[in-house]
Order: sequence, then structure tokens, then C-alpha cells
Amino acid sequence: MKWESLSAFISMGGYGLYVWGSYGVALLCVVGEIFLVKKRFRTLHKELGLNEKSSI
Amino acid sequence: MAINWFKYASPATFYFLAGRMIPFFTVVAVLLLLVGLYISFFVAPTDFQQSEAYRIIFIHVPAAWMSMFLYLIMAFWAGIGLAFNTRLSSMVASAIAPTGAMFTFLALWTGAWWGKPMWGAWWVWDARLTSELILLFLYIGFMSLQAAIDDPRRADKAGAIIALVGVVNIPIIYFSVQWWNTLHQGASVSLVQSPKMATAMLTGMLIMALAAWMYSIAMILIRTRSIILERESRTAWVSELKEGVTRS
Repeated sequence: MKWESLSAFISMGGYGLYVWGSYGVALLCVVGEIFLVKKRFRTLHKELGLNEKSSI
Repeated sequence: MAINWFKYASPATFYFLAGRMIPFFTVVAVLLLLVGLYISFFVAPTDFQQSEAYRIIFIHVPAAWMSMFLYLIMAFWAGIGLAFNTRLSSMVASAIAPTGAMFTFLALWTGAWWGKPMWGAWWVWDARLTSELILLFLYIGFMSLQAAIDDPRRADKAGAIIALVGVVNIPIIYFSVQWWNTLHQGASVSLVQSPKMATAMLTGMLIMALAAWMYSIAMILIRTRSIILERESRTAWVSELKEGVTRS
């Protein structure tokens, strides 16, 4: 295992704030985009009253 | 085997084709992301200069690549739509913009969080950073302009002109580190030289970049389907969907 402990993993050699600040915001952006994109599609489906089965 | 490509240029056909492709790209994106993250945090070694801070590279570089690739693809389809009046091309261009803007923002954001510990500054008005910020404004300008014009076909044309003019910014971003004396480091990966980094680092970065590609394709396909429905809501084929007629 590369990391000695969970706290070593979290601290990232003292750069934890910067590493997790980057990955955290990236995660938020991706999750946010997926949510918005799906919401737009579902709302349209509802408004148009479509019966089509959808995988998303 | 002759494929009639024009068939797929019809929004009605593309709507169903895209619907079948989305699950594939989603699954591949998730798998690549898991492998990429594993390599990023557990396989790639500690950097001798930057310690663990360099691990930001695994999002920073793929995000920066995607921001430029997506812009070129957006401008290409917008240009095709402008030149040949193909509706679907313009719809795809509009669907690309938000994902491109998201990756541009991420490239800037992760760059700032990398710049602070390494350069001592969140932001500098350096050629690379400034041209990437202009890219974000181009995406936002493209989306705002399209949103401000009521007639979709006119919005497509106006957007295409912004998108095409903005293409000039892409080589500026890419070559900025060579043309100007900048704080930003030069390219670690290029087509003409062997990469200047450890294999595990390079592999992680490339897998994360592939994951970002697959993710982008999935997002763009879903968004294109929404745009097709919005614009074609009064057509016969959408009415057929309301009656629950299945079609493939």
C-alpha cells in the first residue's frame, strides 16, 4: 500500500487542502452537470407527456 | 457496406440512436474514472519536486485538454451548421458548450489550487492563464448570445460566428508557453517528443483524459436529445412518442 495511514492519505504530504480542494470542486461540477442535464431531459419528457421508455 | 450517413443527420433518427449510445458511454466513463482515480492516488509515485501536490495534474491536464478539444469540435459543428444549414450540427454545437465551459472552469480552478502552493499565487496574468480565461468567456459568450436570440436558427448562425472567430484562441493557448515567457510550465506530453514524466503518471493522466472524453460524449448526447425535443416538439414523430408508439 502506498499510504501508511488514512491520515497520511488525507494530508497528501501537507498539500491536502490543495489536492482535495481541486478534486472536491471537480466532483461537484460533474455531479452538478449530470443533475442539470438529466433534469432538463426529464422535465421535457413530462411537459411533452412522452411515454417513451428512457434509460436515463 | 454503404452507410447512408445523411439518415443520421435527421434529428428524429439521431434522437433514438443517441438514446441507445448513452448507456455505453456512461458505463465506459465510470469504469475509466475508477481505474484512473486508482492510478492517480495509489499507483503514481510521489513527485520528487512537488511531493503529493502534483496529483492535481490528473484532473488539471485532462480538463484543460477537454476545454480545447470541445471548443474545436463545437466550432466545427457550428461551422458545418452555418455552411450547410444542417439543423442537427448546430444542435450538437449548442449541446457541447456547457460541458466545454465546465471543463474550462475546472482547468482554471485546479490550476489556481496548484499555483498557490507551487508559485505562491492563485492567479497571475500569464499568457497561458489569460488565454484560458478568454476561452471561458468565449464559451459563456456563445451560450449567452444563443440564449438571447429567440429564433433558434438565427441563434445557431450568430453562435457559429462567435465560435469560429474564437478558434484563433486555441493555438494561442496551446503555444502560449512557447511564444511568451510564462510562469506556466511547458508541455509534458507532446506528439513529437517522448513524455517527460513517469509512466504511471502518464498512464493515469491519459486514462483520466479518456474518462473525460466518454463523460463529455454522454453529457453531449443527453443534451442534444433535449434540444431535439425542444425544437421538434410539434412534429409528427414526437407526437407518436406521446401515444407510446415504440420505434427503433
